[in-house]
Amino acid sequence: MGLEELVPDGILTTTVEKMVNWARRSSLWPATFGLACCAIEMMATSAARYDLARFGAEVFRASPRQADLMIVAGRVSKKMAPVLKRIYDQMPEPKWVISMGACASCGGIFNNYAIVQGVDTVVPVDVYVPGCPPRPEALIYGIMKLQEKIDRAPLKGPDPAPMSEPPPPPSKASTASA
Amino acid sequence: MAIATTPEFKTITINMGPQHPSTHGVLRLVIELDGENVVSIKPVIGYLHTGMEKSMESKTYHKSITVTDRMDYLSPLGNNMAYVAAVEKLMNLTIPERAQVIRVILLELTRISSHLVWLGTHAIDLGAMSVFLYCFREREKLLDVNDMVAGSRLTPSYFRVGGFFQDVPDAFVPHVRKFLAEFPKALGEYQSLLTKNRIWMKRTIGVGVLSAEQAIDLCLTGPSLRGSGVKYDVRKAKPYSGYETYDFEVPIGKNGDVYDRYLCRIEEMKQSLSIVRQGLDRLKPGSVRADNPYLFPADRTDVKLNMEELIYHFKIMSEGYRPPPGDAYFSVESPKGELGFYVVSDGSPIPLRTRVRPPSLINLQALSEMCVGRMVADVVACIGSIDIVLGEVDR
Repeated sequence: MGLEELVPDGILTTTVEKMVNWARRSSLWPATFGLACCAIEMMATSAARYDLARFGAEVFRASPRQADLMIVAGRVSKKMAPVLKRIYDQMPEPKWVISMGACASCGGIFNNYAIVQGVDTVVPVDVYVPGCPPRPEALIYGIMKLQEKIDRAPLKGPDPAPMSEPPPPPSKASTASA
Repeated sequence: MAIATTPEFKTITINMGPQHPSTHGVLRLVIELDGENVVSIKPVIGYLHTGMEKSMESKTYHKSITVTDRMDYLSPLGNNMAYVAAVEKLMNLTIPERAQVIRVILLELTRISSHLVWLGTHAIDLGAMSVFLYCFREREKLLDVNDMVAGSRLTPSYFRVGGFFQDVPDAFVPHVRKFLAEFPKALGEYQSLLTKNRIWMKRTIGVGVLSAEQAIDLCLTGPSLRGSGVKYDVRKAKPYSGYETYDFEVPIGKNGDVYDRYLCRIEEMKQSLSIVRQGLDRLKPGSVRADNPYLFPADRTDVKLNMEELIYHFKIMSEGYRPPPGDAYFSVESPKGELGFYVVSDGSPIPLRTRVRPPSLINLQALSEMCVGRMVADVVACIGSIDIVLGEVDR
């Protein structure tokens, strides 16, 4: 069948795209970005019972420069939002964001002056994990969903299924009229 | 080094956090350094400010219980206890014996689980990775208890004003007994990994020393205070939920350094085990709800069968209960220290004001006293030893 017949045993052929995606999804390196309660569940996910290492995503990096996955675990306050954006900007491409828990996804039970109502107003989010806080199984499921998404990504061109985009900055005309 | 000692480059200021693995959350420290020595250290807080006290002013007393869970998320039931006890004091309620015993059991189990996170993260900060994995292995068993009684691992919101919504399931007592049998061995493992470990001792003994006077002046509470040799524990000083009837020791340290605070917490876990054991022994069947018809709706089956019960259920859940006008302060010994809630009622179902005395915020003030004059690497050991939770510092 084509090329496989010509090469010796033990050699597989694939596309560069599949191989790159396989490598990317199998070794996600999350940035240590614990904010609140969900961070404890994130730690539990990487600890003994749930063992996130089975999915290749246990290497939590303290420096965003070494990470390609940001798990926003917890409520994002208005004071923290610029820091979060900056850390996201420091991560090298390609990068993904998981919004863990109700607070990060939509503000949760804290609909007040202090909390950003959803981290997707600051950075683009790939996977939302519901729960307050989500159980470790839920976070693992979210990471598996992200791996599926990475598998589908073309090597060149835009993201195939952007789940959310940050809102456009307010134009000067609209602020002037307001 | 030559550059650092010239007059114009005497000190450098570095920024640690808010995103830093060893600050236990989103604490930011502005540290002024002379070479490697800390000249001054200033915590900058507010990166997790959630407006919880304000949120509680717009929720009924019942709904606010869920907010308290998310404050010190390592000991959610301790926060529940402080809050519901303040409201109970306001309403002058008597809590049934069984509910009080279950509360003590759960509070002590929560204390152990909080100390396990502290031990794991403190050890990771000082370079001992494997302790973290062992601590979380044991902690999962305690989270199973939360899961069993309330259906949630981390934020159970199990306590209610007046007792509990429902009794503990049948599997509760055997599960806790099993844990009691297993845990001393695990505690021995942690100690064999750390207590006589030469690296651990070098990193902690003589580091972050606070004298008893300093600790009292800084208003410290909890193990941070007891490490300096002051025997103050809210469970002994102002007993609640029947703590005066339990037999336990309050461990204290001698030197007030990071190592003594570590030993204090380890010993506290042993004392908690003993309290849980005593609690299980005296657990007798009975009601877990205070005798007050305005606090709890009828049984679920009655709600589904009778219209009056349904209306009654709806009224309690939507409107809530009305404590008499007045104010009440109640403090408990949370794993971090003295956690107090001050609740002001104007007679409506919504509190006029709720104020928290967070032990983490007050213990954090000791950081400067502990670190100034020491090496920058000791800062991490000191942060770990005061066991702060930023959710509680910022609220």
